[in-house]
Amino acid sequence: MPKTLAEKVYDAHVVRSAAGEPDLLFIDLHLVHEVTSPQAFDGLRAAGRTVRRPDLTMATEDHNVPTLDILAPIADPVSRAQVDALRRNAAEFGIRLAPMGDRDQGIVHVIGPQLGLTQPGMTIVCGDSHTSTHGAFGALAFGIGTSEVEHVLATQTLPQYRPKQMAVTVDGELPPGVSAKDVILAVIAQIGTGGGQGYVIEYRGSAIEALSMEARMTICNMSIEAGAKAGLIAPDQTTFDYLQGRAHAPQGADWDAAVAHWSTLRTDEDAVFDREVHIDAASLTPFVTWGTNPGQGLPIGASVPDPADFADEGDRRAAEQALAYMGLSAGTPLREIEVDTVFLGSCTNGRIEDLRVAAELLRGRHIDADTRMLVVPGSVAVKAQAEAEGLDRVFLEAGAEWRGAGCSMCLGMNPDQLKPGERSASTSNRNFQGRQGKGGRTHLVSPAVAAATALTGKLTAPADLEPAELTSAGV
Amino acid sequence: MDAFTTHTGTAAPLRRTNVDTDQIIPAEYLKRITRTGFEDGLFVAWRTNEPDFVLNQPQYADASILVAGPDFGTGSSREHAVWALLDGGFRVVISSRFADIFRNNSTKAGLLTVLLPQDAVEVLWTAVEGDPTTAVTVDLQAKEVRFLDTVVPFEIDDYTRWRLLEGLDDVGLTERHLSDIEAYEAARQPWLPRALPALPA
Ligand code: SF4
Repeated sequence: MPKTLAEKVYDAHVVRSAAGEPDLLFIDLHLVHEVTSPQAFDGLRAAGRTVRRPDLTMATEDHNVPTLDILAPIADPVSRAQVDALRRNAAEFGIRLAPMGDRDQGIVHVIGPQLGLTQPGMTIVCGDSHTSTHGAFGALAFGIGTSEVEHVLATQTLPQYRPKQMAVTVDGELPPGVSAKDVILAVIAQIGTGGGQGYVIEYRGSAIEALSMEARMTICNMSIEAGAKAGLIAPDQTTFDYLQGRAHAPQGADWDAAVAHWSTLRTDEDAVFDREVHIDAASLTPFVTWGTNPGQGLPIGASVPDPADFADEGDRRAAEQALAYMGLSAGTPLREIEVDTVFLGSCTNGRIEDLRVAAELLRGRHIDADTRMLVVPGSVAVKAQAEAEGLDRVFLEAGAEWRGAGCSMCLGMNPDQLKPGERSASTSNRNFQGRQGKGGRTHLVSPAVAAATALTGKLTAPADLEPAELTSAGV
Repeated sequence: MDAFTTHTGTAAPLRRTNVDTDQIIPAEYLKRITRTGFEDGLFVAWRTNEPDFVLNQPQYADASILVAGPDFGTGSSREHAVWALLDGGFRVVISSRFADIFRNNSTKAGLLTVLLPQDAVEVLWTAVEGDPTTAVTVDLQAKEVRFLDTVVPFEIDDYTRWRLLEGLDDVGLTERHLSDIEAYEAARQPWLPRALPALPA
């Protein structure tokens, strides 16, 4: 029977299946961070259980870490206690931890791929919804809750039901200045924040195949914003090239065996998806959100919508509430929205390519005088790479702040937060009310739009920048 | 986890779509390392900033059933959202669509999430807005929601229902299949990655 890629990976991990019960799925890699794990370790202790496979478990500190002065003890006692709990738990249960200051520390979804721990065909879970990021490698990767974290720690398995299959096919060529972030924001605007519920999404088509691994991670990352359980992309030469030589990638004869296996990980020609969505890459433009959920987005050339224009009553009320919260009025061109802060970072867009794109636009120019720009690399390794390329100088000379690695203003569990009423253009993945700080207002954007916005102080596409204005800004 | 068989209480109408887990409990409350005591964070932004938010209305203060718009529990995987609802006195959330991870988390922690068609949600909203003291019964045994003269059946898979009715812990159930896990492990590809020992980058 023909199968989709996700079905192949799922089937290869079924430990046990019985009628009327969920399947028991083996988990190849369990990633752990400080926020969703303490209660799980407590549960293990209370029941006298151990971690079954410490060798398939890896922990990092990311959500709470300050991005300034990261070697000093965390000032906030509650954040510190949480990080300390993870350190104690990792030591007690024999789990590898990348603590602050470690060369492997960073956002959990950035370090897995970077270390080569994320590989095609694996099952990967983490107590974090953006685990879908790892699907870029053709892995079945999804977020779980704390009870499930405890379950995986104890048994290295999870009871699961077979997800439904969706294909999102993006064919054609992306116009210049349009990136993976714009693609996924457009997908979410089209299918809605609940459109993917119960599905695993496979992204396919020529536009997806042309993307780098980093761009594929951006797309898979936001599958959860479309409501999907996971998102994935078939591994190909781009995937293999990215993995080869990474610390935990197979080597020698193992590499050949692995590549031979990975090459079979494709959806069969006549496999059937439960739902199919098609997007024409050439029709896309930079995309930004105007509301308080990731589905409330539009091309940057559009205006803030009028709630009255929504046919569905729930959508209408949601739009009214969003505009009130965001302090926006219907009809305002999105390009006229002024921001206070630009945040470049997160597991969506905090990798080296994202920093390169933004730095290219900022090189030799200065950001708007009333705008602050925070650049937060996704990991210590990304930071080191950027510094080796001189990108830190570009950002600093443009007037941006260059920080240490972590989640930072993506969710403001550390001191990097918006103040009430402040507005940001953010390369992260969630524009929920208060996500970046109490009362903060978030517009989700791509790294290129973030950089262009920092230069003008208003939501701006890279193509909007006047060459002349740019040159003079550089003087 | 406490067993859930049937629950009767009053219901609060939350007429909002896309209630994400950042609204149910914001990130700052996630720094705690306990599993209980999250009631102060439940919907805290709306409770603080919106005087007429449904849970600020005295007639809904004791509600134990939350009736929400579609796409409840989207966003972050934080199980704290489920704990906060339980700590806030809720035993049941009713909606026409739940985010997958939230629904999963709720079944692990003993909060019953009931999927009803949107038109049934509307009828329930109207009933409890008309009379906040309306008794609503959620019967997991019979798989139905009852209020006034209305009986609405709901679907839930038999396995999850059995686990909730018995209050069973998943880990213990899985441990019965240890030999299957061992057999699977023995057959895994040798080149699959291990996090230990750490290798030089
Ligand atoms: S960067 Fe943001 S979305 Fe990603 S793991 Fe951190 S908090 Fe979650």
